Amino acid sequence: MYIDEQFQLKAKEAMDKEGAIGPDVDLSAFDPAPLPHREMADEDLVNLPEEERTQLLMAGLDVTEKERGGTFLQMNHRAVHCHSSQEGIEVLSIQKALEEHDWIRDYYWKLADVGTDKYTAAAQLGLHDGYVIRSLPGRKSVYPIQACLYMHEDGMQQNVHNIIVAEEDSELHIISGCATSPHLKRGLHVGISEFFVKKNAKITFTMIHNWAEEVVVRPRSVARVEEGGLFVNNYVSMKPVRSIQMYPTTHLVGKDAVARFYSIVVGSPGSEYDLGGRIILKEKGNRAEIVARTISNGAKIIARGHLVGEVPDIKAHLECKGLLLNGGVIHAIPELEGHADGVEMSHEAAVGKIAQEEISYLMSRGLNEEEATSTIVRGFLSVDIPGLPPQLQAEIDRAIEESDKDVM
Amino acid sequence: MLKIEDLQVRLGEKEILTHIDLEIGPGETHILFGPNGSGKTSLLMTIMGYSQYEVVSGKIFFKGKDITHAPIDERARMGIGMSYQRPPTINGLKTRQMVNLCAGGEIDGETLAKRVNFEEFLDRDVNAGFSGGEIKRSELLQLMAQKADLMLFDEPESGVDMENISLVGNTIAELLEKHPQPSRDRSKMQAKANRTKMGLIITHTGYILDYLPADKGQVLYNGKLSCVSNPRDILNCVGDSGYKECVRCISMNSFS
Repeated sequence: MYIDEQFQLKAKEAMDKEGAIGPDVDLSAFDPAPLPHREMADEDLVNLPEEERTQLLMAGLDVTEKERGGTFLQMNHRAVHCHSSQEGIEVLSIQKALEEHDWIRDYYWKLADVGTDKYTAAAQLGLHDGYVIRSLPGRKSVYPIQACLYMHEDGMQQNVHNIIVAEEDSELHIISGCATSPHLKRGLHVGISEFFVKKNAKITFTMIHNWAEEVVVRPRSVARVEEGGLFVNNYVSMKPVRSIQMYPTTHLVGKDAVARFYSIVVGSPGSEYDLGGRIILKEKGNRAEIVARTISNGAKIIARGHLVGEVPDIKAHLECKGLLLNGGVIHAIPELEGHADGVEMSHEAAVGKIAQEEISYLMSRGLNEEEATSTIVRGFLSVDIPGLPPQLQAEIDRAIEESDKDVM
Repeated sequence: MLKIEDLQVRLGEKEILTHIDLEIGPGETHILFGPNGSGKTSLLMTIMGYSQYEVVSGKIFFKGKDITHAPIDERARMGIGMSYQRPPTINGLKTRQMVNLCAGGEIDGETLAKRVNFEEFLDRDVNAGFSGGEIKRSELLQLMAQKADLMLFDEPESGVDMENISLVGNTIAELLEKHPQPSRDRSKMQAKANRTKMGLIITHTGYILDYLPADKGQVLYNGKLSCVSNPRDILNCVGDSGYKECVRCISMNSFS
């Protein structure tokens, strides 16, 4: 296959290329050698040890599949479970898709550039697996699809590539979790994701990260939204991680296309986050919103946001708020770029502490200082996300509730 | 009962209240007048327990207990509540949740909110983008849920539109048990005698007096409680000749 050779060549050229931002990762410190794992049927999932099920649940994957429209689970290096219970919604592993379906070639490395850096290169040269989720034209997923990438062996490297496609007039809701086994301390996760939101289609993508203290994470995501399409991208990370750097980019390429990014991050001591979102508004009527809420308990958090308005009659807003509760650094870097008369772009950034006035106000309603503080923190982290199915809002709320104990 | 004895309060370097004596008995409502900057809000904040208002000397007793140095939440739990003039916004906390927090548990916020025409705000963040009048209704809603015994109102009618002013006035009257209903086992007189709710209300306009009878009016002038009289008289006097003259005149009358 000629085209694959092209990818291979480009990947080889980029295999030592450091990422544009974020601390460099020594890939040789992790083991990418494929680890076998058997297929898992529904009952196998339910019979997983409780602590593993809890880890999965924390990343949004419910093994009982209640109120879920389909499941993808990857253990270490290969997909062990994928199925969809909704007609017109396909869930399959990318290895299988690459083997069996020609259409995947219309999407594979079409948005993300394989030559970006050594992480994209690794995902080409040593691809393990990943998911492909597609909604056929006009199909609307009633329940969200859950997808989870699980790392089990200490010191392993996991390279995944995900492709998500919403065909015209269709609707897809995905909750994607990443988690590690309670025994895993060190690991590297490289994840490429490409999102295609076609005409008048809608994707909500909610990612919950639940890593371990010594895990390094380098996702590379790009989305394209066509006319009248909507892409909602939520990111929640409440648990410690060694280092994560990502800067997902969305291109609004059709009239009236809309993208919204929401991130909620609580950073623990020793964790380093370099997170951002970039939305490029290329057509009239495009709308974009980036909202980031970060809390540092001693972490280093860089919160970036970049909005690019290329044509008039676009509107974009960026909100970046950080709370320093217990040391650490929050560095907000909001960027606005207007390239035409008639763009409407704004940002709001704030880094600080909880206002004493708010604590006192709640105390005068009978809460003690600790209750008042945690109420304010929970409020700070709770963001209204329009268009998100209630099950997914509930998952986000649960992740926040869980973290509450750690934050305080 | 609230009893304040010879209270002296400092905010930062500045002495803002001097030698305040005040006593509010069970069932009583007092009106606090005074020009801008005279220390009215500071007095309320001091009674509520805001620590930046430093009590230099004197004492505050509530229900027989010395609360001069008690933290805010302890006072709230003892039954002191406050309706603020400019409360902070709490982002992400819905008014509905706030009402539950005030009540100390899940309550029927909908029914309560209906009484102050506030149902449609229950799912909005507390005070986020509320107008002056909306803030007042939100504060009353919280006080209704809190069921405090001593209620401190900081200009409850300011910013409230004509349509809602009677609503606010009547709600405060109700909170302070101003129009007790006779019931099977007690007459109207008995019900009145059994009133326990206490109120201290700051007002500039006096509109509030149209809705509830007040027992006493007090003028706070330059950090001093300068006279005690009938609230209507004070209001008329201030309206006619201003605070400065009013303090002179009434204090001469009341102490002569």
